[in-house]
Amino acid sequence: MNLHAIRAIYLFEMGRTFRTLAQSVVSPVLSTSLYFVVFGSAIGSRIESVEGVSYGAFIVPGLIMLTVLTQSVSNASFGIYFPRFLGTVYELLSAPVGHAEIVIGYVGAAATKSMSIALIILATASMFVPLRIEHPIWMLAFLLLSCVSFSLFGFIIGLWAKDFEQLQFVPLLIITPLVFLGGSFYSISMLPPVWQTVTLFNPVLYLISGFRWSFYGSADVPVAVSLVCIFVFLLACLGVIWWVFKTGYRLKS
Amino acid sequence: MPAILSIDRLSKTYASGFQALREVSLDIEQGEILALLGPNGAGKTTLISIVCGIVTPSAGRVTVGGHDVIDDFRAARRLIGLVPQELVLEPFETPMTTARFSRGLFGHARDDARIEAVLQELSLWDKRDAQNRELSGGMRRRVLIAKALSHEPAVLFLDEPSAGVDVELRKEMWAIVERLRARGVTIILTTHYIEEAEAIADRIAVINKGELLLVEDKATLMKRLGRKHLRIELQTPCPAIPEALAGYALQRSEDGTSLSYTYDTQGERTGITGLLNDVRAAGLTLRDVQTEQSSLEDIFVDLVRDRG
Repeated sequence: MNLHAIRAIYLFEMGRTFRTLAQSVVSPVLSTSLYFVVFGSAIGSRIESVEGVSYGAFIVPGLIMLTVLTQSVSNASFGIYFPRFLGTVYELLSAPVGHAEIVIGYVGAAATKSMSIALIILATASMFVPLRIEHPIWMLAFLLLSCVSFSLFGFIIGLWAKDFEQLQFVPLLIITPLVFLGGSFYSISMLPPVWQTVTLFNPVLYLISGFRWSFYGSADVPVAVSLVCIFVFLLACLGVIWWVFKTGYRLKS
Repeated sequence: MPAILSIDRLSKTYASGFQALREVSLDIEQGEILALLGPNGAGKTTLISIVCGIVTPSAGRVTVGGHDVIDDFRAARRLIGLVPQELVLEPFETPMTTARFSRGLFGHARDDARIEAVLQELSLWDKRDAQNRELSGGMRRRVLIAKALSHEPAVLFLDEPSAGVDVELRKEMWAIVERLRARGVTIILTTHYIEEAEAIADRIAVINKGELLLVEDKATLMKRLGRKHLRIELQTPCPAIPEALAGYALQRSEDGTSLSYTYDTQGERTGITGLLNDVRAAGLTLRDVQTEQSSLEDIFVDLVRDRG
């Protein structure tokens, strides 16, 4: 294992975050704060509590997940797509590094970024609404698993994308709708029965449900199911990445 | 000298069906400078890319320092530095951060003193904190060299190092290559500038349409394939080539003041003595005689035309 390489990739990617602090950190924090102001305070004040939790506090886990998922996917996809786009990927391919080092470096940096943003948002949220975290260890575990698995997913998109449009396509047109429709702003028990069933096909529901459980102890689906879903997704992403490196798909001719 | 790079019957056919390399075999000794010469699309970059791990070979085997580039890629690649043809750099990074990244990527601990020495040597130290996008083309080329040198390679590949650079920078590049050679670095450079190969290489490999046409010591190549031109300047212009000299395939200058004769230095008889005797017998008076060695370019053009 080339540890120096992992460190070099990780620090290089983190350097990009610090260089673009406004875009990388301030912007997601600001947009989430706006959600709190609009949904939590302005509209939320007219909505009665959901499952015993004030509406403002209820949406916190969903909002964090929204940011974590979109940020993980965009950061990790950009991290590997940009060298491909520039042509600097030649160095990565000609370096004495295995697939594992490359993935750990890029995905580790992307997951660190989204994890940091999630924690900053959590801190920001605590200033707007009264927060309660019943299972803090599980909360961190769900957060970490989500950051890592979606960064892996983003990495795949970064390897697959042929242009910037494709790079934006998945976070904007797939992740965001799935998160919005996955119960980030409501409990699925508030939906008509037919839509409850439809929502069960949305994988993001399981993430948000498990994550919200770690806060307030109530969930739309059993926590064990949520955990299994995340692990299956994580393994599927690892499998795809293994295949990409093995075949050199879009990397080598 | 042991071969540091050994290429054995290497072939590459791309998915499109294009056969870029056909059974290329080549051994490169430690410390030598080999110029891989060939026209565009000859297979030079494909050859380098396979050695460096960027392109997967269809058949054949490559070892660097005795390590197979596929089975033992970590050990093999640690020895290799690559300076690509295109000026590809992260635009928002600096020479310092990009070189530091390369060093780490190739498995070396961070060593800013080493990076400083490399940047100083390449006259980049003053620009160490400038963004790569602000640098001129020549400087970017040097940053790419700095990246490759930051991890202290034993074998350095320079893919078209002087493509698109001005004469001054090209000379500077040659000076860098000379310094690296003095340190024992093996250098393989691809070029289609004959002048470059002639100026810095020890050996020359000529490749065309994926086939290695020859690999020869530069001086031997020039000697073996070289032809000389003998130019005879006359005291008084001759209106036409005299009958007696018709057998020599001479060329007369437009003003008739000189005649030139091309001969093979390796031929059993060059024909010079006979020619000079016959010139005198034809009543022409010599003013001066010059000989000129044919350039590598002439040799190259002949090779590619004859065998390509």
